[in-house]
Amino acid sequence: MATEILMPALSPTMEEGTLAKWLKKEGESVSSGDIIAEIETDKATMEFEAVDEGVIGKILIPEGTAGVKVNDCIAILLEEGESMDDVDSSAKSEAPAAPQDDAPASVPAAAKSEDDTPAPQANLDPDWPEGTPMKQQTVREALRDAMAEEMRGDENVYLMGEEVAQYQGAYKISQGLLDEFGDKRVVDTPITEHGFAGIAVGAAFGGLRPIVEFMTFNFAMQAIDHIINSAAKTLYMSGGQMGAPMVFRGPNGAAARVGAQHSQDYSAWYAQIPGLKVAIPYSAADAKGLLKSAIRDPNPVIFLENEILYGKTFDVPDMDDFTVPFGKAKIWREGTDVTIVSFGIGMTYALEAAEKLAEEGISAEVIDLRTLRPLDYDTVLASVMKTNRCVTVEEGFPVASIGNHLSAVIMERAFDYLDAPVINCTGKDVPMPYAANLEKLALTTTAEVVDAVKKVTYR
Amino acid sequence: MATRKASGNAAKPGANVSKDDLLSYYRDMLLIRRFEEKAGQLYGMGLIGGFCHLYIGQEAVVVGLEAAAKEGDKRVTSYRDHGHMLACGMDAKGVMAELTGREGGYSKGKGGSMHMFSKEKHFYGGHGIVGAQVPIGAGLAFADKYKGNDNVTFAYFGDGAANQGQVYETYNMAQLWDLPVVFVIENNQYAMGTSVQRSTKSPSLWQRGAAYGIAGEEVDGMDVLAVKEAGEKAVAHCRAGNGPYILEVKTYRYRGHSMSDPAKYRSRDEVQKMREERDAIEHVRQLLLTGEHASEDDLKALDKEIKGIVNESAEFAKESPEPALEELWTDIYAEAAPQNA
Repeated sequence: MATEILMPALSPTMEEGTLAKWLKKEGESVSSGDIIAEIETDKATMEFEAVDEGVIGKILIPEGTAGVKVNDCIAILLEEGESMDDVDSSAKSEAPAAPQDDAPASVPAAAKSEDDTPAPQANLDPDWPEGTPMKQQTVREALRDAMAEEMRGDENVYLMGEEVAQYQGAYKISQGLLDEFGDKRVVDTPITEHGFAGIAVGAAFGGLRPIVEFMTFNFAMQAIDHIINSAAKTLYMSGGQMGAPMVFRGPNGAAARVGAQHSQDYSAWYAQIPGLKVAIPYSAADAKGLLKSAIRDPNPVIFLENEILYGKTFDVPDMDDFTVPFGKAKIWREGTDVTIVSFGIGMTYALEAAEKLAEEGISAEVIDLRTLRPLDYDTVLASVMKTNRCVTVEEGFPVASIGNHLSAVIMERAFDYLDAPVINCTGKDVPMPYAANLEKLALTTTAEVVDAVKKVTYR
Repeated sequence: MATRKASGNAAKPGANVSKDDLLSYYRDMLLIRRFEEKAGQLYGMGLIGGFCHLYIGQEAVVVGLEAAAKEGDKRVTSYRDHGHMLACGMDAKGVMAELTGREGGYSKGKGGSMHMFSKEKHFYGGHGIVGAQVPIGAGLAFADKYKGNDNVTFAYFGDGAANQGQVYETYNMAQLWDLPVVFVIENNQYAMGTSVQRSTKSPSLWQRGAAYGIAGEEVDGMDVLAVKEAGEKAVAHCRAGNGPYILEVKTYRYRGHSMSDPAKYRSRDEVQKMREERDAIEHVRQLLLTGEHASEDDLKALDKEIKGIVNESAEFAKESPEPALEELWTDIYAEAAPQNA
């Protein structure tokens, strides 16, 4: 049977090209792999190879023809012993069933119109039952307890990172874990972030539940390809067959006087990636409850800690298996005049500012997001609809910050409730300076939050 | 440290290989070649989009190594992955339908040529970032060692990826922790358009493992029997708990880097010479005929059977519907723990 030779697509974007030269004439035989023509695309001149064997029966597009559409028939290939007379010239080729380019008529589930969205409501369920005894713990101890409890509960959970085992953790978060679990499950790595992040992703594909400690998230920049391309995207790219249930954790953001390369806040970076979850606790109770949830989560979780918060002491519920769910913000302080939204160490400024503002008769509601992905929009929106004003607080850079994102969502979903523009208090748009006075200026401050609140409340 | 250099003439007809084995290597290699030719054709028709990297010429590498693997062993590779999937037993229909971006594809059409997986066949991708599969492969081996089984992982990468830093980070940890992983460098001599000679002054790629204490060897990748023999040695080394092993398999890709590669960096004669003198499939074909294991008619019948499988996969890939629009929003997060491995 004769075969039609069609104008090939020779690049992902090619729609038409020039048939520059025929290298085979009518009547010549070709075998698979022979170059039969040269075709010019917008990028290059490409050699066009025969796929099938046979004899060129007829050339339909002469050489030198420009603008030949992909899939146009350019020649007829005959089988051995066949002639053009055998070919029914009236038989038109069926157009190949290429997928339709039409845009889908409606995109499901994406942007729901505001009308069918229920009014936002904060989830006010308490994190622990009333009457639960509390104990005082630092964030550092709470994080260690969370890991130890989960490692006791699941043999497949293991910790790997630089100095996590024998040194007991660069920031002593893994103190005592080597003694309890041994070096099979508490693994010291060489200084090789890109490599051990990739190995941990592979281990997660292979059925383990790795906890990867980065000495700081600044060093995770070397590993970010594996975090995003290998861990976050695989579930989707595999059509749901396999993913990377694992935790990447470590201190994030500025500590004190460590300069530009050790002081960056990556909250907004990771919060942008579908497939990742992002937790950023402020208190010790949240550090413990969120880390336990993170380790159990079947998805890759970015767990952003803060060096300055490690030594802070909070009440932690003294109960078996305390966890905090993802996507549930915490209202630290109820108020009526303004909503202050923050997370992680930003909460320090938010709570201090609320205290000062109260002295001046301004009642601020303070919300701790706790997780940035998923993000509890409803609690923020319900609060803004009540107070009609909002200030966001974070230490990260100002461009494309979490505050920017919240401002946009509030504008979209609560525009009519706003009595003032939303103000974002952020770190300054500069690399972190070393000098003590400049460093202080580069971060956001309680005074800036107080000023911002006064601005939106017109005081 | 092993320093054996496998010679291309090592495999004498019939030596240490059964008729059935020879026929099965021939069949598996031919399936890959015909499948890839068909994929190239469908690309030309606009049915396959984006990037499409064909494995034609390199068939003996995966077929030889799969012959050395047992159930439970894992494999992970780069974006030139169609051959690996067929060789480990994944269904040609599911692979082709993924290439056309259809519902019947291994990733429901959401992965594409470069991103396919099969939990069932222990195939962990299909990775589009050059070199990223190397630590992932070592991580799969880490998981097997942790669980205490004797499975081995094959981590395939090219001569181009061999210059990525993460490969050497991985070598270091794999040897430090005695991970059961075979690093397979498929040296097809060109990283896209850059020849090995233009990218390194290292005389050989496998010898770089010596810096980490990893044993390895060079193998003639156009000789499936030599590849299998070296694979068996490497696998035995790993299974015995001796840590990783490196195979640098010298091979050649006949087609361009991807479908849109004008291939101006090498001569037509060079390609033609490899095809005519060193073709891996032709080599086995001659072994079968001279050893009187099969007749021309037998091989013709086999060829026909394979064409049938490939045509059936192409038909399936054309007829399978595009994914439902709702699929845009699925598989972003897992609800329950994915049942890995």
